[in-house]
Amino acid sequence: MTAAQKTPAAGLVPKVPVISARGIDMVFLKKQPGRLDPWLRKFGLPVAEPLGVHALDGVDIDVMKGEVVGLVGESGCGKSTLGRVIAGILDPTAGTFRFQGRAYDEMPPQERYRARVAVQMIFQDPFASLNPRKRVFEIIGEAPLVHGLVSKDKLEDYVDEMMLKCGIDPAYKQRFPHQFSGGQRQRIGIARALAVKPQFLVCDESVAALDVSIQAQIINLFMDLRRDFDLTYLFISHDLGVVEHIADRVVIMYLGRVVETAPTEALFDTPRHPYTQALLANMPRISTGKQAFGQIIGEIPSPLHPPTGCHFHPRCPFATERCRAERPMLRPTGPNSQAACHLIEETP
Amino acid sequence: MTETKVSGAAPTLVVEGLKTHFFTEAGVVKSVDGVDLCVDRGEILGLVGESGSGKSVTGFSLLGLIDPPGRIVAGSVRLNGEELTTASEKRLRDLRGNRIAMIFQDPMMTLNPVLKIETQMVETLLAHARMSRADARAKARDALGRVGIPSPEERLDAYPHQFSGGMRQRVAIAIALLHSPDLIIADEPTTALDVTIQAQILAEVQTLCRETGTALIWITHDLAIISGLADRVAVMYAGRIVETGSIAEVVSGPRHPYTHGLIGSVPSRNQRGHRLTQIPGMTPSFLALPPGCAFAPRCPRASAACTAMPELAGEGHAVRCFHPMNQPQGVPA
Repeated sequence: MTAAQKTPAAGLVPKVPVISARGIDMVFLKKQPGRLDPWLRKFGLPVAEPLGVHALDGVDIDVMKGEVVGLVGESGCGKSTLGRVIAGILDPTAGTFRFQGRAYDEMPPQERYRARVAVQMIFQDPFASLNPRKRVFEIIGEAPLVHGLVSKDKLEDYVDEMMLKCGIDPAYKQRFPHQFSGGQRQRIGIARALAVKPQFLVCDESVAALDVSIQAQIINLFMDLRRDFDLTYLFISHDLGVVEHIADRVVIMYLGRVVETAPTEALFDTPRHPYTQALLANMPRISTGKQAFGQIIGEIPSPLHPPTGCHFHPRCPFATERCRAERPMLRPTGPNSQAACHLIEETP
Repeated sequence: MTETKVSGAAPTLVVEGLKTHFFTEAGVVKSVDGVDLCVDRGEILGLVGESGSGKSVTGFSLLGLIDPPGRIVAGSVRLNGEELTTASEKRLRDLRGNRIAMIFQDPMMTLNPVLKIETQMVETLLAHARMSRADARAKARDALGRVGIPSPEERLDAYPHQFSGGMRQRVAIAIALLHSPDLIIADEPTTALDVTIQAQILAEVQTLCRETGTALIWITHDLAIISGLADRVAVMYAGRIVETGSIAEVVSGPRHPYTHGLIGSVPSRNQRGHRLTQIPGMTPSFLALPPGCAFAPRCPRASAACTAMPELAGEGHAVRCFHPMNQPQGVPA
């Protein structure tokens, strides 16, 4: 494993990768192959080529045990797709994916089943991710019962405990989701994920839909749970402030590729990739002076027709001829840091 | 058109004691309950609050866009000295899109999906000004160019769905700017946009306000955006303004416990890894507001006195609190 060669930034982070993905590709076909296509081909008629969106393009990611990795990018960069691949909701088109050092297809069925349960996901929309016809007790209690983590007679106490841990009054367990506010619903979603005793949580924009004061409560809850349950997080967000606060290491994505990864301090102090620099410069911060916005030009290109070479070159102020032609690979730029840019000197 | 900021001149907008209540079956919802605002020419005022604080209803009230069961029950809204709460519907139609414009969170709400951008822009122009179609088209093209839309001539013939989210919002801003209004009310216009696109739009808006002298009310839940964009800020809680002042005053020395909590809840690098200050509880329902200060049940400084309603007190940096925080706290500049 390449992960073993890396030196951790702080002594706090152990070296066991919980999740390790190599060369993950995810292609969504816009047009499904038609049933008549073989016939059309047989008679030499034109066949519409399926048009693919390369949502993930050779993504490598390692998440160490106990680490919080922040995954940042703008809409359409593939961060949610990567989260879903890691959570096992989507199967990648290509690439290898390992949970605690073992690929899913190498595992015996029983072990694979346990590995899937060990990775849980918390979604963005607390309104859409809870079944409106089920009571909180069923929402939280169903999965641990099915997976045999708790017996039926102890289920009541178990659900109460989970609700308390997540800051919901167990007296409300016979209520329906619509009787709760957004922040409380997000807590129910977290309790549901925790009820199956996961090791790894994928949080996909889990605080984006909440008000600032409620967002702070949920972020604090995530940090408490990390300590209490020894959890590892992949924290997906477009909000750099949230990621800066919670993450140990940050991965920046642009149009399906990882462009930079570094420990949080290093990334925010000395961003190496021009895209990361632009993101940080444009991030609204609480300050008393007026901020100069808008140093980056252009739109995010369509993932249907990504630019050649480095995907960022049409918006990059430093782009050269080489950037237009050749894809930069992730190269080490410092301890535990990598960036994909032709203009950055390699510092192993 | 080119002068920057006129100080000493009469303010563009003065709002006094504005109350907008909704008479629902469940009871009277006092969404806006005594709001005072004042915006000068070329000034950017940030109106900050969480969902359900009444900030959007305030924005709609200024334009007279409150539908039953809602009604403006008291207060005055004066645009350049003209009273709007008692103005006729015809007069309001003359003003909307002409002297006051609004930008909404979702640009698809402002744009008609089945009409070309040109049709929509020319329509807006001809509604309030006499000019030929060709002149209107030229003016529309210039407006698109001004908000940073590439090849505006060709883009006039496009439909809204052919634009990205950020570009659509630019079109909405271009339409709002067509008649160089005196006041623009922007209701969370960049919330749905990505960071780099949001920054581009904020930059455009800053320049445009400075150049045209348009006053701007920017409604948002995001204090970070306001602190980088606005001149002054008004913080709303449960239908009332609880604190108002210049950005520097409010951000570096918030006096209301709610503002203080709000600034503390924003994750920033100063407290990396530490627990965020959290405001306990949640925004109260308008139907069950506590007597007196609505923030009291969540407030660490609340006392028996807080069952009465405090007044918004102070010159410049005003606060509605019996126990304001005195020493400046918060984020260092």
